[in-house]
Amino acid sequence: MSPLSPSVPALRAEFGDAVERSLVSSGDSIVYIARDRSHDVLAWLRDTPSQGYNYLTDVTAVEYRDPERPLEVVYQLRSLPRRADLRVKLALDKRGPLEVRSVVDLWRGADWLEREVFDMFGVVFAGHPDLRRILMWETYAEGYPLRKDFPLRGHFSRAEQTRQALAANPEAHYSLEELSIADAFDELPADMRERLARGERGFLK
Amino acid sequence: MGLTDPAVRPEQNDATSVSSVSPNWVTTRLDFLTNWARANSLWPMPFGTACCAIEFMATAASRFDLSRFGMERMSFSPRQADVLICAGRLPFKLAPVIRRIWDQMPQPKWSISMGACASSGGIFDNYSMVQGIDTIIPVDVYVPGCPPRPEGLMYGIMLLQKKIKGESFTDETLRDEKLVGPSGLFLPPERVDELSEPFGNSVHQTRSA
Ligand code: SF4
Repeated sequence: MSPLSPSVPALRAEFGDAVERSLVSSGDSIVYIARDRSHDVLAWLRDTPSQGYNYLTDVTAVEYRDPERPLEVVYQLRSLPRRADLRVKLALDKRGPLEVRSVVDLWRGADWLEREVFDMFGVVFAGHPDLRRILMWETYAEGYPLRKDFPLRGHFSRAEQTRQALAANPEAHYSLEELSIADAFDELPADMRERLARGERGFLK
Repeated sequence: MGLTDPAVRPEQNDATSVSSVSPNWVTTRLDFLTNWARANSLWPMPFGTACCAIEFMATAASRFDLSRFGMERMSFSPRQADVLICAGRLPFKLAPVIRRIWDQMPQPKWSISMGACASSGGIFDNYSMVQGIDTIIPVDVYVPGCPPRPEGLMYGIMLLQKKIKGESFTDETLRDEKLVGPSGLFLPPERVDELSEPFGNSVHQTRSA
């Protein structure tokens, strides 16, 4: 059994109560931190030389079967120079808004990972530059498929699902920089057009 | 006996009462010729989406050698393809893509649904998967298996050749484009629901499971 990562006591010393609890599971150190401080804690873990977690392996989320347990957003961090791993979790009360600060400004690789968590669980990442669905199509209307209240076969009838799928424009899944021609722009949903028009990824039309 | 101008009605020309649509020996011979040519020069449009595509590649490679069936050329452009082979599962996100490819293929065209997933959704009876590509495009031959062995796919191709050899080029209904209609589907909605009904192991899962 590997011991608790030394990053955990260091976090407690630095952030005090923001570190809610910690445990070792299957040899991995897991630390729960307060949602409001998540960005500070993750930035500190990345930028402090003694920590040096410069690689974000994954961002994902877990919803447990027991309805009273909170939904957890999971950041799996790795320090490439130190060859050390740390799992950071945030517990989100399902009755409140499912919202956390985006870490795209810390790790560019968080971009698609956070989009996937948003797509599958409906967690909103505040400050994400282009938060839209990534696996399901942009206009998918049935909800968030990995939530426990989502029926396995979806909410709609198969005919309705097929109709909506066939009505989709295959080009409209991409942001403008992913398209060689921008002529799907006018067929994108209005809120996405607006986002693309003001964001760094689009251009003003 | 020669071909009769279809504008000339048989009753006006009893000596050569051969209409171009009557089942006489001339059309039979032409059917034989066109069907023989079509059946032995099927250019496949490979639509490989998953594990079945690996087996499709094995079928196309040297050991099994699809070229023997006149499928010398994989047609990666739908405009020059005759048979669409959907090898693998089809998520709803790909449904408009396969539909567009099918619509781009010129007549005469056929399609083969390779594997359990393409034919019925297979084990993926879930929110993201088309429950059989026959809810999206018309299908001529279904090849069962998960994945089908190359022999299975070749048997399916031979069945398609047999089907083509039974066609008649005078039957224009065979060449009807079955387009997506005003309902947004190419089949009636009830038919899509019926085709997508769970079966086998998945009947034990309810919609709310
Ligand atoms: S039928 Fe089996 S082998 Fe073919 S795509 Fe489905 S799971 Fe893969």
